[in-house]
Amino acid sequence: MNETLPRAAIRAAKTNLVWLALPLIALAIAVAWILSADPLSGFRNGAPPVENLTFERTVLDDSGLRLFVRAGGSEPMTVAQVQVDDAYWQFTQDPPGPIARGKAAWLSLPFPWMLGEAHALKVVTNTGATFAHDIAVAVPTPQATAGQLRLQALVGIIVGIVPVAVGLMFYPLLRGVGQAGMAFLLSLTIGLLAFLLIDASAEALELASQAAAIFQGPVMVVLAGLGSFLLLMAIGRRGGVPTGLALSTYIALGIGLHNLGEGLAIGAAFAAGSAGLGTFLVLGFALHNVTEGIGIAAPILKQRPSLWVFVGLTLLAGGPAVIGMWLGSLATSAQWSALALAIGAGAILQVIVEVSAYLMRQSGKRIEVLLTPPVMSGLVAGVAFMYVTAAVVKI
Amino acid sequence: MGGLAAAGGTAICAGAAPAQIASHGGGHQMAARASEGMAAPMPAMGHGAMMTVGDVDNTANGFDPTDMLTDWDTGTVSVLPDGRTLRTFEMAAEDRDIEIAPGITFPAWTYNGRVPGPALRAKEGERLRIVFRNYASHPHSIHFHGIHAARMDGVPGAGMVDPGDEFVYEFDAKPFGCHLYHCHAMPLRRHIHKGMYGAFVIDPDPERHPDQIDVARSRLIGTPENAGWQELVMVMNAFDTNFDAENEFYAVNTVAHAFMKRPIRIVKSKPVRIYLINVIEFDPINSFHLHANFFDYYDQGTTLTPTLRTVDLITQCQAQRGILEFTFAEHEPGLYMFHPHQTEFTELGWVGMFDVVEALA
Ligand SMILES: [Cu+2]
Repeated sequence: MNETLPRAAIRAAKTNLVWLALPLIALAIAVAWILSADPLSGFRNGAPPVENLTFERTVLDDSGLRLFVRAGGSEPMTVAQVQVDDAYWQFTQDPPGPIARGKAAWLSLPFPWMLGEAHALKVVTNTGATFAHDIAVAVPTPQATAGQLRLQALVGIIVGIVPVAVGLMFYPLLRGVGQAGMAFLLSLTIGLLAFLLIDASAEALELASQAAAIFQGPVMVVLAGLGSFLLLMAIGRRGGVPTGLALSTYIALGIGLHNLGEGLAIGAAFAAGSAGLGTFLVLGFALHNVTEGIGIAAPILKQRPSLWVFVGLTLLAGGPAVIGMWLGSLATSAQWSALALAIGAGAILQVIVEVSAYLMRQSGKRIEVLLTPPVMSGLVAGVAFMYVTAAVVKI
Repeated sequence: MGGLAAAGGTAICAGAAPAQIASHGGGHQMAARASEGMAAPMPAMGHGAMMTVGDVDNTANGFDPTDMLTDWDTGTVSVLPDGRTLRTFEMAAEDRDIEIAPGITFPAWTYNGRVPGPALRAKEGERLRIVFRNYASHPHSIHFHGIHAARMDGVPGAGMVDPGDEFVYEFDAKPFGCHLYHCHAMPLRRHIHKGMYGAFVIDPDPERHPDQIDVARSRLIGTPENAGWQELVMVMNAFDTNFDAENEFYAVNTVAHAFMKRPIRIVKSKPVRIYLINVIEFDPINSFHLHANFFDYYDQGTTLTPTLRTVDLITQCQAQRGILEFTFAEHEPGLYMFHPHQTEFTELGWVGMFDVVEALA
């Protein structure tokens, strides 16, 4: 006991402890009662437990096909039989036995899948419920060989790093722009980021809808997006309002997280066998990303950063595309891709706020600056350019 | 044997099949695969991979599809004052969870705790009395395919039995043939696909068919002529386990793949007679195809001469049935497949093997 504390303070602390303990004890008693007395039994009507099964990964290789399935029901689920193309096939399950809620297992079938054909999978549980999954085009799942990873890194560089570098190469040219030109460039950045925000959010929500119910897709996306936004705002503003290189770095980070998502999308397309679309997809993404370099350059036009700063910004904005490619082609589950995209969306929102604030400070006109012709046209140009180039890569 | 490995262009091999058969099927698939650009052959292929996994617990079910093939319920016999035979059957409706494929539980409605219900067998002209008690949770009935009075028809208003109640159906056994019975409560489709059906065979009375007395005697259970035959009752059925009005499992006598995992023993010297009944729901037609052999067919079993001769495939609409007769006497021993030639049904469980042997061990 600390002798220096007045008795009154000690007494108050003890009282507080009691007031903290009381509700907790009450809660514990309530939980114990619900578990033991089972007052909910009156609602049970003999209906079978709700079952849910999510197919997270499908791997096709020399040994047949393997499915990574996650159980999301009110009770543990038992996979009893597996159909492929309306025929029962023998399979093995790892780990065997019932799959607990939220847990996943691999199902392996020695099925002679046909290159380039569609296959329909159906899992039958012990209650007779069925869960279907289609393989649209059967192709061997890419193996994580060093050669494959190198090739993907190359594609990631073309999609992420090269266009950002190309955009940054406009730097000397952009330095000559005046006040109005600067306002145009910054609002162009905001426009393209606004497009990316909507695009990444929509993509994240769509992926989240494919994930197991236990991940609560939309809620997870919104929480992760808001969380990353607030965290980055807090970090960005801890030393005052970000300007110049700091602001450029945040733009590069936001775009980098977005490019991670793009990498995931291309990697997943390759893994799903859409490799025929690859070249087109890669060129489209590259064109699309050139604007991003211009956006990163805008806040540092009045500074003279060293060449290494440009290299660093390029890697920060473009490098994650490579990592995304790797993760996407190794076919991570939908919920993790959704989470990555949601974090990216939050980061983009932070950059939009900061660039807008920067734009307003630059002009000294506060909010009215947004209604000036250079800014209006910059916003429209940014969104429109992204929209048109995005159309190229839509399948 | 060449056709053995191919059914609908796909290899199907019994887990218990001799190695030469399994490797034959596997070899076919390997050869096909090599031309499809696969990097390496799959060692697990062709060794019975197209099959349900595991086995059904027949003991827990209380019935065994193999035993059902020959399990006739001939009831109890007594003599009426006028000297005629009275044959009495006891039937009870009961809700019961049954295992229809390895690991798959189906909440069935049953007659006498089994699906299909007991295979009733009587002789033409006998008086039949069927005491039906309903221990289940819904009203049920027994509608017999045969000739009887309207008030014995088992339709609503004529022998529908509420839970806890009892009804006695009574009529003469006619015409002779391979018939069926099923519940006729509404909705009809649900009561049937839940499992309320079974075989109802009336053997011809040889006395009434002097022209074909030998054929009639061979059909009449208990005669020495009948003992020379190997008789099997096969009820073609299927189960919709996820309520989408499509069947997930197809079978004969309920359990998918039962006769692939345990081929039906056939003694080479004994001719085979199959009482075949189609009670499949959700699919309009079912069929029966025999490998490496042909058979004579008696549609509905109501004639003593075949209605089709030397065929290897017959089709049956819902509730259609008939008698198949064939022999393996001239064949070499081995495994001979039978299945519907709707390949989808085959691959979803309705397929089996006859294991033709010189003599029963
Ligand atoms: Cu019924």
